[in-house]
Amino acid sequence: MNKALVLSVLTVALFSTTALAETSGKRIALSNNYAGNSWRQAMLTSWDTVTKPAVEAGTVAAADAFTTAENQATEQAAQIQNLILQGYDAIVVNAASPTALNGAVKEACDAGIIVVSFDGIVTEPCAWRIAVDFKQMGRNQLDFLAAKLPGGGNLLEIRGLAGVSVDDEIHAGIEDGLAKHPSFKVVGSVNGDWAQDVAQKAVAGILPSLPDDIVAVVTQGGDGYGAAQAFAAAGRTVPTIIMGNREDELKWWKEQKNANGYETYSVSIAPGVSTLAFWVAQQILDGADVPKELVVPLVEVTQANLEDQLAVTGAGSVTNVEYTLEDTQATIAAAK
Amino acid sequence: MSFLTAERLRLLVPVLSLALLLGAVFYLQPRTMSYTGLNLLFNLAVPITLATIAQMLIMMVNDLDLSMGTFVSFVACVTATFLQSDPIIGFLILAGCIAAYAALGVIIHLRNLPSIVVTLGMSFVWGGLAVLLLPTPGGTAPDWIRWLMTSKPPLVPMAIVASVLIAVVAHFVVMRSAIGVVLRGVGGNERSVQRAGWSVVRARALAYALAGLFAVLAGMTLVGLTTSADANIALRYTLLSIAGVILGGGEFVGGRVSPIGAVVGALTLTLAAAFLSFLRISPDWQIGAQGAILIVVLALRLALNRREARGTRK
Repeated sequence: MNKALVLSVLTVALFSTTALAETSGKRIALSNNYAGNSWRQAMLTSWDTVTKPAVEAGTVAAADAFTTAENQATEQAAQIQNLILQGYDAIVVNAASPTALNGAVKEACDAGIIVVSFDGIVTEPCAWRIAVDFKQMGRNQLDFLAAKLPGGGNLLEIRGLAGVSVDDEIHAGIEDGLAKHPSFKVVGSVNGDWAQDVAQKAVAGILPSLPDDIVAVVTQGGDGYGAAQAFAAAGRTVPTIIMGNREDELKWWKEQKNANGYETYSVSIAPGVSTLAFWVAQQILDGADVPKELVVPLVEVTQANLEDQLAVTGAGSVTNVEYTLEDTQATIAAAK
Repeated sequence: MSFLTAERLRLLVPVLSLALLLGAVFYLQPRTMSYTGLNLLFNLAVPITLATIAQMLIMMVNDLDLSMGTFVSFVACVTATFLQSDPIIGFLILAGCIAAYAALGVIIHLRNLPSIVVTLGMSFVWGGLAVLLLPTPGGTAPDWIRWLMTSKPPLVPMAIVASVLIAVVAHFVVMRSAIGVVLRGVGGNERSVQRAGWSVVRARALAYALAGLFAVLAGMTLVGLTTSADANIALRYTLLSIAGVILGGGEFVGGRVSPIGAVVGALTLTLAAAFLSFLRISPDWQIGAQGAILIVVLALRLALNRREARGTRK
């Protein structure tokens, strides 16, 4: 008798921490507009790995992923309307367009459905947004360099694809960082298009015109390994090159670290952000007070966690993080 | 009497496939069997239906419009920007668009150019103009269009009322009016129309202008549903509109078109996507499944066409 009482108290305590009672009957859908690159594939895989156990454990009743056959806003709008008809309680969206889905999102909100957009966010005010702070990615690079090289020095900047807003935003973050740490100076800038081969060619092209005392290279991700190859091919000492969590970059870094104690820093966004969006939706359904605007935590690889992070990075992929309920609650608390 | 049966047979396949799909959707998801359900199921079909009618008018004169998607996108951008802020300038631009379509018809006819080449070229023009107008997605739908597209008429949802209205208007213009006969005649036998004393160039210009008008309406209603625009919002409409016409019993040549069939075809396409989504087919298979539905319907039609041909020979 006594034992049973203790057990039941324990069970209640256990259940209340995972908020099982409130959302166990709720169904969450993922509306995705594109699955054609490794980042999106990793995003969908992460969704599966995190939501399947959550469904089995009874945290939510269902967490189904839907991808449109073609990357078109009108198709995704129709898809969202179909999800409304299927009676989902929350829809998590990676949107094809920030504005063209607003009508469908509004229909969902009017039907009492929670809409959480992430990565590709929607502007409709009734939806939640989990946005990427690309500026912060730029600022972090300079903060790291200032700590590592207190004396400052000359920098080479590798930018992304010209004319794309992401490139502008990361660059603006780097400018912010330069204003904060005036001892650093960008002496050259090339477009690496977030691709190792393009970056390698671009850096090889500009190297002869640059002074010998380049102390570091600031980057946007997907270009660090190419830059390193270009420096090595030119017979110059490889400076501190900021990396972007790509597997080839981290592998090269590890080789250098083992050979000569090379030190740098790497930052990007994890495809597992879909799981963050899942838990955010679950929390809102649970009645938690969640601010409408959230920011995706950046994934940083440092000298200390390089080996661990490389181990969770698939071949040809990007370092991934799958978020837990606790991580999500921390992110929500931080945004308040 | 037998002619009527052939005509009806032609319409029978699309109507039956629509009814079958609708039955399947109702069975899979009883929630759709309601006022709101039907509206959600079909409201995004309204702009597709209008674009399909526009494409049908072009196909009626033996041409093909490959710029439909970019044109509708451009109209959507104009609707979300100028039509909202300066309605007069907005309407002037849209009227200019219709005039441009008429001019295209004239150029294609006079220079004897293949329409697919001209419209493919125009698709880059419309696409470029749309990006110039809205480099980043945005804009706002004019209140009256938004009101119209979210209106809740009694008993029957907006999407159904609009589809029936479009079908009836297009049917009367194309099948029942005197000018409609001439327009279809241009596709069927251009020379005999000319010999009968009609101006073929004028007829083609009119067909294109009408197509432009319906495409403009498609763009406007689309923005009414989405609330704002994007330069790439309707790229899918080029192929959807062609598929809708064919599915609805139209043919690429010969002036054989059916406005009611085209509307039914557009609704069937929309419903096919919903049906697959309700079936929970994995996205990898969805394009294939969508294609399979198209092939089944077209195969049915081909079989009926054969029967029809055998009937005439007897």
